[in-house]
Amino acid sequence: MTSTDRGEVILEVRNLVKHFQVGGGLFGGRPGVVKAVDGVSFQIRRGETLGLVGESGCGKTTTGRCILRLELPTSGEVVFEGRDLAKLSDAELRAMRRRMQVIFQDPYSSLNPRMTVGQIIAEPLAVHSIVPDRTARAARVQELLRHAGLLPAMARRYPHELSGGQRQRVGIARALAMEPSLIICDEPVSALDVSIQAQIINLLEDLQAEFGLTYLFIAHDLSVVRHISDRVAVMYLGKIAEITDRKSLYEDPQHPYTKALLSAVPIPDPAVEAAREHVVLGGEVPSPLNPPSGCVFHPRCPIAVDECRRVVPELREIKPGHHAACIRL
Amino acid sequence: MEVLLDVRSLRTQFHTSAGVIRAVDGVSWDVRKGETVALVGESGCGKSVSALSVMRLVSAPAGRIVDGEIIFKGRNLLSLSEEEMRRIRGREISMIFQEPMTSLNPVLTIGRQLTETLETHLGMTSAQAEARAVELLSLVGITDGARRLRQYPHQFSGGMRQRIMIAMALSCDPALVLADEPTTALDVTIQAQILELMKSLSRRLGVAMLIITHNLGVVARYADRVNVMYAGKIVERATARELYANPRHPYTLGLLRSVPRLDEPRRARLQPIPGQPPDLSRLPVGCSFAPRCAYVVDRCREQQPPLEEVAAAHVSACWLARDLPTLVPA
Repeated sequence: MTSTDRGEVILEVRNLVKHFQVGGGLFGGRPGVVKAVDGVSFQIRRGETLGLVGESGCGKTTTGRCILRLELPTSGEVVFEGRDLAKLSDAELRAMRRRMQVIFQDPYSSLNPRMTVGQIIAEPLAVHSIVPDRTARAARVQELLRHAGLLPAMARRYPHELSGGQRQRVGIARALAMEPSLIICDEPVSALDVSIQAQIINLLEDLQAEFGLTYLFIAHDLSVVRHISDRVAVMYLGKIAEITDRKSLYEDPQHPYTKALLSAVPIPDPAVEAAREHVVLGGEVPSPLNPPSGCVFHPRCPIAVDECRRVVPELREIKPGHHAACIRL
Repeated sequence: MEVLLDVRSLRTQFHTSAGVIRAVDGVSWDVRKGETVALVGESGCGKSVSALSVMRLVSAPAGRIVDGEIIFKGRNLLSLSEEEMRRIRGREISMIFQEPMTSLNPVLTIGRQLTETLETHLGMTSAQAEARAVELLSLVGITDGARRLRQYPHQFSGGMRQRIMIAMALSCDPALVLADEPTTALDVTIQAQILELMKSLSRRLGVAMLIITHNLGVVARYADRVNVMYAGKIVERATARELYANPRHPYTLGLLRSVPRLDEPRRARLQPIPGQPPDLSRLPVGCSFAPRCAYVVDRCREQQPPLEEVAAAHVSACWLARDLPTLVPA
């Protein structure tokens, strides 16, 4: 990719909906619908990083899985490199998948314990006939290990012999093997120790610069997301509450949920903490099985009014390039 | 302030096929009445094993406390009989774990789990215990206690379960609560609720707390004093304010620098600590942090630095601690 390509929309998600049917089966339970993702739209441009933040159950991971078509969306469109993924044949989809890779949170459970690191990285190269020749493949594995900051000797090790950080590097090397243009990073550092997190974040940034990668960075840690993202979307209960560039979101958050989230993050400095005002949000995230009427955030919202119970807020432009879904703004 | 718990030269080891793992390697720390002390460090540094050692819950036969003293209210817990220790656990010292779902019994109602301790430790009748249990639930912010007592753990959310754990921990008016990563499994907004609750309860009830965590932000907001652990040892200790304003151990410095902060301008690049923590069964000679340290000198690889005072009530185990603020990393 040349630098002139930067700026073109590489991924567009339009009105994505993913509902899961629950209950009513063999084990009984009241039948119902979990609205995991409920009308999500955003775009990612080539070479940029979009951070997708929110608390557990907000639908951020399901959004990622729908983009990868690991889940079939209930409705909505996912257009990747100009093509609607729902309209592709199986063969076309397989080819398209090479361009779109994923890095998971838990590097241990996402690596086959019976394969060596070398085999893990070589497998997709063989399956997709990217490097059919055995010798060439071994050389490519070495190269990928080096890109991920691992020594060549690592190829002979098994996942259990590696530390968490090293395992995540293997996951990254495996994703790079396919020469993707988009990588969906689903909580890639949250299982790692603090001192190791920074190593992996720096690595992801280096690889982005070197290979012109585009990232969808799914995480719950707002400080990490600010560091790595160009733009950020905040999700709550299956919907986007706010989306804008990094600077606007962190310096001038609009949505009351974003404000509360930012306030809840403790700052590693007692002097700063003592002087800070904390908005402690009451209540808990309601069940997506039975989401509140109107604005899904209204039961916990400090500025909610009667109307918020009835009106579903549209995501609208509050300031240039800054969208939020709140009727009180 | 009077010392409530005094851990002296504690050594806890695990004997495995891979060798002896020195999980806690000669550490000393204390907790005074009513204060909140933090044990901070990354996975495998020995912080959880330290708390389990205090409760004498290190799993035998692999794990054993091989040396040291744990003085609680003037008595060495390590010389008590198992029967005497049972009267301390849950009554005078209680514990809150990271994962409330796995530490609550899924087949017993919340009520049964709360009243059991009250009946065994305090000899209450079931009616008294139930009344007290309702009181405890309201103390931790769970309303409609009488009905909630008849429910099972799976009927509560993660945050609610952690509230129940706190209610259980406080049920017998303990002098000390050991909280092992109490909010790590929770979402940020719920984490804030639980930490605020713990803080206000410890103030109101005068309970001392040991918070074990890897989260430097949590420590900054809630701890009075902080112990930083690395590879089974305490490498630095100070009041929270002093530690963050004036870190004197390269590991503490590295931890503080490696995390992005919301209150500071975004940095172009993070400064990680290179390498990874050592294998506890094969610790290097000299300082355990030396292989990852940006300030390392020859002496560090040969001699283990002792924990020494660098300022009032501030100790660090580093040969260069005194000059650290003026040194330039390699």
